[in-house]
Amino acid sequence: MSEFDVIVIGGGPAGSHAALSTASAGLRVALFDEHDGDFGPTDPAGVRDVLADDLVSGTVTRFMSHRVWGVTGAYRIDAVGPEGAVHCTARALIVATGSTVRIVPFEGWTLPGVISLETAATEIRSQGSLQGRSTLVAGCGPWLAAAAAETIEHGGRVSAIVDLADGAEWSRALRATAGHQNLRAQSLRWRRAIRRSGTPWLDRCHVIHAERAGEGLRATLARCDAAGRALDASPTTVSADCIVVGHGSIPATEITGLLHARHRYSREAGGWIAVADELGRTSRALLYVAGDVTGTTGTDAAATQGALVGLACALDLDAAAAAPLRGRIDAARRSVRRCVGVRSAMAALMAPWSARVDGIAAGTIICRCEAVSRAELDAACDAGARDMNQLKAWTRCGMGSCQGRFCGDIAGELLMRRTGAPSREMVGRFTPRMPLRPVTLDALTGSFGYDDIPIPAAAPL
Amino acid sequence: MSATDGSVTHRCDVVVVGGGVMGCTTALFLARGGMRVALVERDALCRGASGVNAGTLTLHMTRAALIPYALPAIDMWLDAERWLGASVGARSAPGLCLAFTEAERELLRHRAQVRVEYGAPIELLDRDAALRVEPGLHADLLEAALCPSDGFASAYLTGRAYFSALKAADVEIFERTPATRLDWSDGHYHVHGPGDRSPALRIDAKRLVLAGGVWLEPLCAMLDISIPVKTLVNQLIVTERVAPIMRSVLSIANGLLSMKQFGNGSVLIGGGWQGVGDRLQGPVEIIPQNLIGNLRLAQHVIPALAKAGIARVWMGLESETADGMPMIGPLPGQRDAWVIGCVHSGYTSGPYMGKLLAQTMLGETTELPLFDPARLVSAPAQSPRQRRLQ
Repeated sequence: MSEFDVIVIGGGPAGSHAALSTASAGLRVALFDEHDGDFGPTDPAGVRDVLADDLVSGTVTRFMSHRVWGVTGAYRIDAVGPEGAVHCTARALIVATGSTVRIVPFEGWTLPGVISLETAATEIRSQGSLQGRSTLVAGCGPWLAAAAAETIEHGGRVSAIVDLADGAEWSRALRATAGHQNLRAQSLRWRRAIRRSGTPWLDRCHVIHAERAGEGLRATLARCDAAGRALDASPTTVSADCIVVGHGSIPATEITGLLHARHRYSREAGGWIAVADELGRTSRALLYVAGDVTGTTGTDAAATQGALVGLACALDLDAAAAAPLRGRIDAARRSVRRCVGVRSAMAALMAPWSARVDGIAAGTIICRCEAVSRAELDAACDAGARDMNQLKAWTRCGMGSCQGRFCGDIAGELLMRRTGAPSREMVGRFTPRMPLRPVTLDALTGSFGYDDIPIPAAAPL
Repeated sequence: MSATDGSVTHRCDVVVVGGGVMGCTTALFLARGGMRVALVERDALCRGASGVNAGTLTLHMTRAALIPYALPAIDMWLDAERWLGASVGARSAPGLCLAFTEAERELLRHRAQVRVEYGAPIELLDRDAALRVEPGLHADLLEAALCPSDGFASAYLTGRAYFSALKAADVEIFERTPATRLDWSDGHYHVHGPGDRSPALRIDAKRLVLAGGVWLEPLCAMLDISIPVKTLVNQLIVTERVAPIMRSVLSIANGLLSMKQFGNGSVLIGGGWQGVGDRLQGPVEIIPQNLIGNLRLAQHVIPALAKAGIARVWMGLESETADGMPMIGPLPGQRDAWVIGCVHSGYTSGPYMGKLLAQTMLGETTELPLFDPARLVSAPAQSPRQRRLQ
């Protein structure tokens, strides 16, 4: 077992910068990430390479391609990597696990060829293109533009962008990027690529239905108003080989949940978040959060926040040279505050998702792992289910291998609305469980003999 | 029926505190016996031990003295649609208890013999005979004990089944309502709680049943009765769906493994390996070494489990008295107050135990005796209230 001062989980911009800044204060730091060193779908070109160089040349011990399946209150981390099971401990833990793409289900969203924005970004990065010849991008939030532009830049064709937001909301978001050079350049590049290709960008519109059509898919679109409510205009159809969907993002708070940190539900943050101060300190001693796990931030904001949280953690651990650390923290704090405007502009672009929840058809699957439909959830609500874990037991929603990461948010929204609960807090959330990532028995059991099993004393007769 | 303090008061014949299998079954049979029943539960019905246990219905893991109770209880589970109105997925399966070492073989034989004396239809099988029952077993097996009347259920279905049954029997259900105070005046018990999304609640009833599992100790203390209740933090593991790899309900001689495969292909692994937690905080966390130990034992028994994905690990709190035997019967020094709980392998015997208490309270004759709680009172407090009742 290895011991560190700090373990950072998540090697995106926030986690990498947190690791670098804590290590720069002279602490022994380990960084875990399930990917091989990439920094996620939102990484602007250049940042990734610089960071990777710094991390490799620095003093951070990197555990890339490691899936963290367990975390305990003593900050013991259990993971499975290319060489098998590893575990290590630390005095402090920084959680930078990012977010999950939300999909508000529609009829046909589970068909092969319908993928999330996250999967699309991974495919573009690893294969240089998306499956098929044409792509429909649908949902809401800034990554619609990213997915469309990157598809086009890699030589793909985008049939249309189907967006719950409208042009005015995008203009506001673009204005908020003023003063954020990377983000602004990136946003303008995306917009240019989309305009030049002549891709139709359909405002206030959403997919209500997808079906197989020959070798591809056919999506039925409908107009909606500013609140996301469907208008009665006659639906149109668009054909595409691939439908990329995302309705904003949900903070991935399984680890802070598992550790019983205090959480609250925040619409602006996109879901449940750990209650934390500006320095990322949660309600639990020496447990920190940084980046998209605290709510929508975007790459630049995540990196800045990661650096700040890393410094705060170093200070709390009594790293040497507290005075210069304080100075760096003040500077980092000012950088983080500059990102607040962008953060709320991005949140506003993602916000229209919730109005679509009421429009989900009864037969539509909500929990993909266990094939639980909206009608089954509604029936459980009507029969008396009132909280999320009760709903899970009554319907199996969230019992599958994704642990409810994908369905939990929509199921919570449905339960709240159906039962008239005044808030998401009132219906609660699925209790996070180990393993945090899918893992097979033998990855944990390793090689052993019967005598190696520490069998407890016999139960009473 | 609002009281002057702003709370809402409900009146009934009996109030049951604790909505697990014990409390729910007692409430159900009391209601069917003609009583007006209210049930208060701090969480949701059967979301504690009753909903998160392994659903094992085996006599191999039942305390020997409880076998006469477990036998009819297993029949009740298998027949739940008839008396409960909904299935909890219970089905029969041969129960195999295994020995891999000489010491385990000795334990297996001894325990099988004692359980047979208590009425369990258990027989010993040599290695080959056991492999014919369960071909997926590890070849190092020395001997096994077979109990053909065993089975298993899906415990997570229990809450929904009881919720509907109790509603149909006109039981008033108050979920997410922890009992914060119990007192007695004017011939009635008063149960106070904060209420779920509503004003504070008070339930007045002539009779009281405490069925709060690990919470029985503080509940009894509210009536100045001191009965220590230990909390066990049992770990459970369920795998993702795999091809059929077992058809029996498996355990080992020392009782620290339970395993079965459900119809959907998932395998549930239990056995009482401990995690971290307590009554106040609930289950806190898994102990990774215990998780790995439990998995190794499971994989040793059924080697084909090696490639199964682990879907979820969780814990449930089990209550235990000082002597490890149940407490079911009248609360000492109280009038018309009863307690039920701390039954080892309580899910297995639960429905029968609840029915037994309800029958006793209704004045019916019962086939088997209860388990007098008086033996467990650690320091008989002489509170003013008790003196008054004497």
